[in-house]
Amino acid sequence: MSTEMYKPGSYPNLPPPPGTVGFYGWIRNNLFSSISNTLLTIVSVVLVYYLIDGIIGWFFFDAVFDADSKIECRKINDGACWAVITRRVGQFVYGFYPEAERWRIDISFLTMFIAFAPLLYPDLPKRKWLLWFSGIFPFFAFILINGGFFGLAKIEYSLFGGFMLTVILGVTGIVCSLPIGILLALGRQSKLTVVRTLSICFIEFMRGVPLITLLFVASSMLNYFMPPGTNFSILVRVIIMFTFFSAAYIAEVIRGGIQAIPKGQYEAADALGMNYWQTTRFITLPQALKISIPGIMNTFIGLYKDTTLVVVIGLLDPLGIGRAALADTKWNGLSTETYLFVALFFFVSCFAMSRYSLWLENKLNTDHK
Amino acid sequence: MSFLSNIWRNEKSREIIVQIFVLLCIGWFLSWLISNVDANFKALGKDISFEFLFIPAGYDINQYLIDYNNRDSHLRAGIVGLLNTGLVAVFGIILATVLGISLGIIRLSKNWLASKIAYWYIEFTRNVPILLHILLWHGIIINTLPHPRKALNLADVTFLSNRGFYIPKPLTENGIELVYLFLVIAIIFSVLFFKYAKKKQDLTGVQYPVFWINFFVLISLPLIAFVISGMPISLEIPALKGFNFRGGMHMSPELAALTFALGIYTAAFIAEIVRAGILAVDKGQREAAESIGLKSSKVMKLVILPQARRVIIPPLTSQYLNLTKNSSLAIAIGYMDLVATLGGISLNQTGREMETMVIVMLIYLSVSLSISAFMNWYNNKVKLVGR
Amino acid sequence: MKTKILLAAATAGVMFAGSVLASTLDDVRARGKLNCIINTGLAGFAAPDDKGKWTGFDVDFCRAVAAATLGDADKVNYTTATGKTRFTKLAAGEGEILSRNTTWTFSRDVDLSQTFVGVSYYDGQGFMVPKALGVKSAKGLDGASVCIQTGTTTELNLAEFFAGNGMKYNPVPIETNAEAQELYKAGRCDVYTTDASGLYATMSSFDNPADHMVLPEIVSKEPLGPVVRHGDDQWADIVAWTLKAMMAGEELGITSANVKSLAGKDNKNKEINRLLGKDPLQGISKLGLSADWAVNIIGQVGNYEEVFEKNLGMSTPLKIARGMNQLYRDGGLFYIPPIK
Repeated sequence: MSTEMYKPGSYPNLPPPPGTVGFYGWIRNNLFSSISNTLLTIVSVVLVYYLIDGIIGWFFFDAVFDADSKIECRKINDGACWAVITRRVGQFVYGFYPEAERWRIDISFLTMFIAFAPLLYPDLPKRKWLLWFSGIFPFFAFILINGGFFGLAKIEYSLFGGFMLTVILGVTGIVCSLPIGILLALGRQSKLTVVRTLSICFIEFMRGVPLITLLFVASSMLNYFMPPGTNFSILVRVIIMFTFFSAAYIAEVIRGGIQAIPKGQYEAADALGMNYWQTTRFITLPQALKISIPGIMNTFIGLYKDTTLVVVIGLLDPLGIGRAALADTKWNGLSTETYLFVALFFFVSCFAMSRYSLWLENKLNTDHK
Repeated sequence: MSFLSNIWRNEKSREIIVQIFVLLCIGWFLSWLISNVDANFKALGKDISFEFLFIPAGYDINQYLIDYNNRDSHLRAGIVGLLNTGLVAVFGIILATVLGISLGIIRLSKNWLASKIAYWYIEFTRNVPILLHILLWHGIIINTLPHPRKALNLADVTFLSNRGFYIPKPLTENGIELVYLFLVIAIIFSVLFFKYAKKKQDLTGVQYPVFWINFFVLISLPLIAFVISGMPISLEIPALKGFNFRGGMHMSPELAALTFALGIYTAAFIAEIVRAGILAVDKGQREAAESIGLKSSKVMKLVILPQARRVIIPPLTSQYLNLTKNSSLAIAIGYMDLVATLGGISLNQTGREMETMVIVMLIYLSVSLSISAFMNWYNNKVKLVGR
Repeated sequence: MKTKILLAAATAGVMFAGSVLASTLDDVRARGKLNCIINTGLAGFAAPDDKGKWTGFDVDFCRAVAAATLGDADKVNYTTATGKTRFTKLAAGEGEILSRNTTWTFSRDVDLSQTFVGVSYYDGQGFMVPKALGVKSAKGLDGASVCIQTGTTTELNLAEFFAGNGMKYNPVPIETNAEAQELYKAGRCDVYTTDASGLYATMSSFDNPADHMVLPEIVSKEPLGPVVRHGDDQWADIVAWTLKAMMAGEELGITSANVKSLAGKDNKNKEINRLLGKDPLQGISKLGLSADWAVNIIGQVGNYEEVFEKNLGMSTPLKIARGMNQLYRDGGLFYIPPIK
């Protein structure tokens, strides 16, 4: 037994007590720290076990990925029959868009990422140049998808369907609704009673009724409000409704952003002699929009999910395509597979977007601190 | 000229001019819309009239909280639908709140596994469209539960099958008034006792077991009255007759699916709101509460939640409103709510799109507006108390 | 910058379709395609195959009209509609024809300002039950859960039938056929009710069709046929006579196989000559059609019998007998005016 002497302040760090660090320590701290915690862990493990045991087999190991019909599927194995998806994957993605023209969708979709990149990632190199492309993109995509110019065949809107329709509805809806939403948010904060009242009425009306009733209006009543003889396609009417609907939500998000701006900012702008529009353009909006980006992103995710409602008025979004597939005698009765596939698609895309939104939120946060 | 430019330079008068201009524009736009509707209706030979509300609807509804049969009017069918909307909204809100708060707390739990499960559950649920939730839940319920003839049987009085969940229905008989009277007395007592106990605690610091005493009074008083008056309640027990169970109370698979789907979907959002609300409470509050020796359940109940509540309530309200509006998707699985009755079959049978949709939208709008008005009032109240 | 982009997108997003004021035929010719409104999915009548091509009885009628007006049966755009949206879609000009198993009723013809041009299929509302249920007649359905397809005349027929027989039932109204048959198969309903053709279509898609039966009672008359907008008589005539030409084809023995050879020679039956453009048919130019219109219809799509047998008949999973849907000479209801 020897005792070592240490100078004051130079006592070496002892190893932590056993069982508090490393693998076991982690398990003990995070899973079994108390009786209730242990119970929670056991319940969770049992839950996960049953989930995996019951679902993975059906979903994957016993599943059939290619067959000519449901009956053949059942002959091969008794799990999920994904053949209904694999055989119709083109329809699920492009709807009834002619097969020979699908490259147009592919190109529009890929270039959409290039167009959005400078808006979504502020640090991108050569951002200025890319922004020009973002400006041109809507025309570019419209010409490409719709056709009718430069020798591209015109494609009827009734052939649009599947995930492509989801993306078109979602993206056009959100892009068109942003400027309207900004105006409405400014209108709601306006000193002018008439403008304020009108903005509030519009916003509260759009937020107060279910989207499904707005879609009914789009499908069955919007034409009554146009001069006799005018004729919109249903796609345009639905986009108009989606635009108004999300504009109201975006207006509220941006209003939150505007209200978060410290009062001193306005006082400073006044002191500099800026008028209303100058203040709005150079002081209010740059700050409010920046704060609102995560909220706008969430609104977009919501709108994107809500596009599934168009199935109720007979448009063939992925859900509608799935139902049409179920009407085929060959695939009848595979609704679980179809719905799950569509659910998975939405999960993957929405989850990716919400991750991005979170990333952006953190990034913007550090900018402020 | 200079007079005019002066008017324009003057802020007040300029504001008035701009507002008049906006009003004129809107007025012109509205009259343009109305004249279009007028012209279109003339061309189609239609008119606007609400008389259809009073003619017999002609169709049947599978769930009615007030008496209804197919000879009743479209108006009554609409009211039946509205009540069905209200019913599923209430059920959904209860489920969403309970589940959402639990999930939000589990998300913050120190247990890594439970927290991760809650995380993935929330992410998976809220990133899938509500319509798919409804369809999947309905599919699960009708495909996994047995046919009524093989119904799951609990003690011969409750039955679970793919036609729904059947439980006995209490029927009141003579003498029930006494039970009601005692119940009212018990409620009055517990309210008074609660106030008294609070006052006493504020003054002297003495704590009564208020919850248990009130609980006992609320149960025992009506029970005593029930026994005294000779048990004036009988049960109507559901029984399998022909194709279905008859008698008793029952919850249809559509109502169940819609409740689950709406509740679970909204719970994911509520969980995130609750989590954010709890995290928004300053860390020092918890530390201070723990340092004065409060148990962790009391810390949550007395310190954290009251403060988190202020952050939680406004987004929570908008989730409740969303849930109510989303219940209109009932139409996809055949639950007959307002949109399915008045905005659906009535619209089809009468061809009056304009009138039915206006009524449906106005009803949703007034519900939404009154709830948000109430919540604004509540918010202001909480704010004042808080600071 | 950002706002500029958005405004640009807004402009690009607004896309107008053509006006409805010109003659429908001119519109179709100018477009080079016929817009046809069909079901979102009903086996035998309209459903997309794996290649994305729509097939079925209603679809073939669209193709026949395209063959008559444009000379090519493939020049059709299909627009889908639910039971609820179909009339507004037609009224809004999203299609020139509504070919979606639509029942001809007084109020639809008169009140909704549209024109029913004929009956392509005589139907009636029936009930389908599993054989295991042991029900032999619709009168034995007291207390049953009934799945109904909404947006149709079905709800009222059902309510009237049950009330008339003093029976109770529990309705489960469903938007689409696909959804309704899921519920029926899962046992959510004891009975599925819709047009008998739809019942056979549904039954054919089951794993064991023999386990189900359609009850003998047909509780309503459902004459189904193509619908056009009110006000363009020329177009209504074209659609009406396309249907009649298909039936006349069956009556005169003209099939897609022999139409070319019959059109090329002088037939004994002068009616064949007139139908196929060998002899002049008075007024065909007023319809704006070429002389070989019927050759195109029958050659590219087939006569009524061929279309029926291909989509609904005994060789298909639906196995629907012709029944009322035969020529009068075979005991059916189709009696075609002379082609003169």
